Amino acid sequence: MSRIGKIARRTFLIGSAAVVGGVAFGVYVARKPAPNPLTPEDGEVALNPFVVIDEKGVTIIVPKAEMGQGVQTTWATLAAEELDMDPADLRIEHGPPGKAYYNRGMGTQLFPTADYKLSGWQETLGGYLSVAGKLLDGQITGGSTSMVDGFDKMRQAGASARETLKEAAAQRLGVARSKLKTEGGAVIAPDGTRLTYVDLALEAAVLEPETPRLRNPRDWKLIGQSQPRHDQAPKATGTAQFSIDVRLPGMKFAALKRNPHQGGTMAGFDDTEALKLPGVEKVVGLGDGVAVIANNSWSAMQGAEAVVIDWVKGTHPETTDEIYAEIARAMEGEANSTMLERGDVTAPLPERAVEVTAEYSVPYLSHAQMEPLSATALFHGDRLEIWSGNQAPIHSRKVAAEEVGLEVEAVEMHTTLMGGGFGRRGFLDFTRYAARLAAKMPGEPVQLLWSREEDMGHGYYRPGAIGSFRGAVKDGRAVMLDGRIAGQSATASFMKILFGFAPSGPDKGHVEGAFDQPYGIPNARIRGYLADVGVPVGPWRSVGSSVNAFFFDSFLDEMAHAAGTDPLAFRLDLMRGEDSRSAKVLEAVGDACNWTGTTPEGVGRGVGFCYSFGTPVAEVIEVQQTDAGIKIAKAWIAADPGRAIDPQNVRAQLFGGMAYGLSAALHQQITFADGAAEQQNFYDYDAIRMHTMPEVVDIRILENGHRISGIGEPGTPPAASALANALYDLTGVRARRLPLADQFDFAI
Amino acid sequence: MANLTINGTAHSVDLPDEVPLLWALRDGLNMTGTKFGCGVAACGACTVHIDGEAVRSCQVAIGDVWGEVTTIEGTGTPENLSVLQQAWVDHQVAQCGYCQSGQIMQAAALLAETPRPTDDDIDAAMQGNLCRCGTYPRIRAAIHDAAAKMQEA
Repeated sequence: MSRIGKIARRTFLIGSAAVVGGVAFGVYVARKPAPNPLTPEDGEVALNPFVVIDEKGVTIIVPKAEMGQGVQTTWATLAAEELDMDPADLRIEHGPPGKAYYNRGMGTQLFPTADYKLSGWQETLGGYLSVAGKLLDGQITGGSTSMVDGFDKMRQAGASARETLKEAAAQRLGVARSKLKTEGGAVIAPDGTRLTYVDLALEAAVLEPETPRLRNPRDWKLIGQSQPRHDQAPKATGTAQFSIDVRLPGMKFAALKRNPHQGGTMAGFDDTEALKLPGVEKVVGLGDGVAVIANNSWSAMQGAEAVVIDWVKGTHPETTDEIYAEIARAMEGEANSTMLERGDVTAPLPERAVEVTAEYSVPYLSHAQMEPLSATALFHGDRLEIWSGNQAPIHSRKVAAEEVGLEVEAVEMHTTLMGGGFGRRGFLDFTRYAARLAAKMPGEPVQLLWSREEDMGHGYYRPGAIGSFRGAVKDGRAVMLDGRIAGQSATASFMKILFGFAPSGPDKGHVEGAFDQPYGIPNARIRGYLADVGVPVGPWRSVGSSVNAFFFDSFLDEMAHAAGTDPLAFRLDLMRGEDSRSAKVLEAVGDACNWTGTTPEGVGRGVGFCYSFGTPVAEVIEVQQTDAGIKIAKAWIAADPGRAIDPQNVRAQLFGGMAYGLSAALHQQITFADGAAEQQNFYDYDAIRMHTMPEVVDIRILENGHRISGIGEPGTPPAASALANALYDLTGVRARRLPLADQFDFAI
Repeated sequence: MANLTINGTAHSVDLPDEVPLLWALRDGLNMTGTKFGCGVAACGACTVHIDGEAVRSCQVAIGDVWGEVTTIEGTGTPENLSVLQQAWVDHQVAQCGYCQSGQIMQAAALLAETPRPTDDDIDAAMQGNLCRCGTYPRIRAAIHDAAAKMQEA
């Protein structure tokens, strides 16, 4: 059990000294600091919400979902830089839910403007707007914002702790603080006296926290250098604890069976046969499904299949065709947004212009994170303990409290490591159902586990969508582009579930990846149409850009071919005057792959580009015709995240993002029949594997941005279009829908 | 009740004979290093060795286990990593890390049979092990590196 988790419910013993609470907050735009959620026990000091010291050393609280992106190590490194410590000497914990941990990295995403056009005042205002994150209990990991959020904050937390510790040493030694330096977790006096942070912690805790200036980047020793991740040995030995690995004395194992018709309910159930199975102990009704309790998860799952359930069907259209007909109808109605409108797309085309039109569609998608959903709970009657791997701890705790009828203070939330997230763990269902079940089994710890089939059948899917594009080229250039995009809103679904409301007005997430791309097309318009289909949907790695980059970037490729211009040169020509940072990224990928615009017989190359989460990313994919079918042979990536705090991690995120996008582009779709998802498991929802992944020849990281931007998601959007464009180069067949394995003969 | 030898130690597990080995390890013996990913041998997260052969533990009933079981816990510890695990750490392979126990057990079986695998050997051996983070290039590099180190040793 985590130490901080254990102490969170303890009364705070050190006294007001440790509630300095907002040390790190002094520099925030928030006027009033959020309370420090840490309640240290005897011998522990919380110098601020992020730095805890006890007799064993320094612990950094990283209140972010660690889903594989390495955020724990990178945030700890930011603090270590200012603390003058080796990151390897720091312990890292997630910590309890807390308002102080709101995500301040989402502010600029609120503007109805393309990110690459944000002005300085908008960025400043964006910083203020991020305070909304605090009001909304926005301790959320998502939107590729962790480094945007933590880059200043964690350095400030480290710097403030360091200077406060130095002040304690100054007072003890009677030496001016300015004469002291720090090194290896200790304060060093001019005469060589060495006082460790541990030794100074209690004295530092009673001081007013310092708010020093941050170090000049040229003095950095850690930031910009790849750091060894602290989780590697645990993850190579099976000792890292994921949500599914929680084990408590006397714990029961439960499997879930919910209505396969999303949104449906349950009229009743017969558990006679289930209860006859060895290992099965009881069956509990949960409203729209049942949990079967057993002495092991497998017997519980067998039991769940054996319960005879009288389902009441859901409300959304029952088949894929009906759903897409509904989406197409939305496009006939009024637009929700026109977030790009430049020139006049309705004016008659100039002479000799060539018109291009294309219709695209993409399927619904499951997140299919490696670790199926689960949560473990123990209800004591007057309090609840719950373990869940989630991206929104405050909201998760709130629904757990609702389920057991207690105040949130009576719920102790442990956020575990996550075996992948990709947006799925921002939802609250797994935490909610575990709490609901625990409420019916007071005193008995129970782990509720989703089978892969339950997980895939009850997603908050990436919405399916349709894109309809019309454009014109003349003299080798684009002169007009008019796009319409229709589908369900992932953002509205997520907002409604977390915050209880969905903002009205133009839905930026729905059209991102299309309206906000850095191309100077003189007449351009992007309109969004929202379809109210009722299928549960949500953010899926890169959200709207996962859809729209395929539409928009494929269409640019079609326009380039219609114009008779090299696809990379066509994009660069439109980009150079609009955003030089993006143009440099595209040039870099061209250099990396030695793009010539021609390929030998049997080889095809495609370029894809998308600016998302503040980061321009370009990818080139090379496909080769082999006797066994088409092979995705090679890939090159270039990206500009403003600053690469940890280059190795940035490369891993870029390749991983691309692999995630290629997996979907090749294989994945969720289709519906009888109101239920048809895909069940990895045999009908496959992904890129060792033998089907491309060789990554080169990943180039540029740092021309004046501020740090996202890296967790931006690798995903260009993958599908780069692959489709490469297939066109190889075969002359243009793919306008996904997945591609339905349309091309791949070597798989 | 089944009697199993796991990582050199005899265990008796008080679960029905048809329960798959995966769940006997995880739920019966609290050995949670072996992971559940799909339950149908489609992802490889639950890979263990039986008499040195890599098998999907979600598909072997405990009543049918035919030999000695080796799991990730028997391969090394954070303080005492095997050569292969050390290569995993050196190459910073893991992202979310959830599939890595299975990847390592599969790779260990490959190296036992083919001490210097080619890229094609690695493709053939590892294609049943899914990774949703996309750590494949580093898995490949770590296997080659471990192979070289094992030959030196």
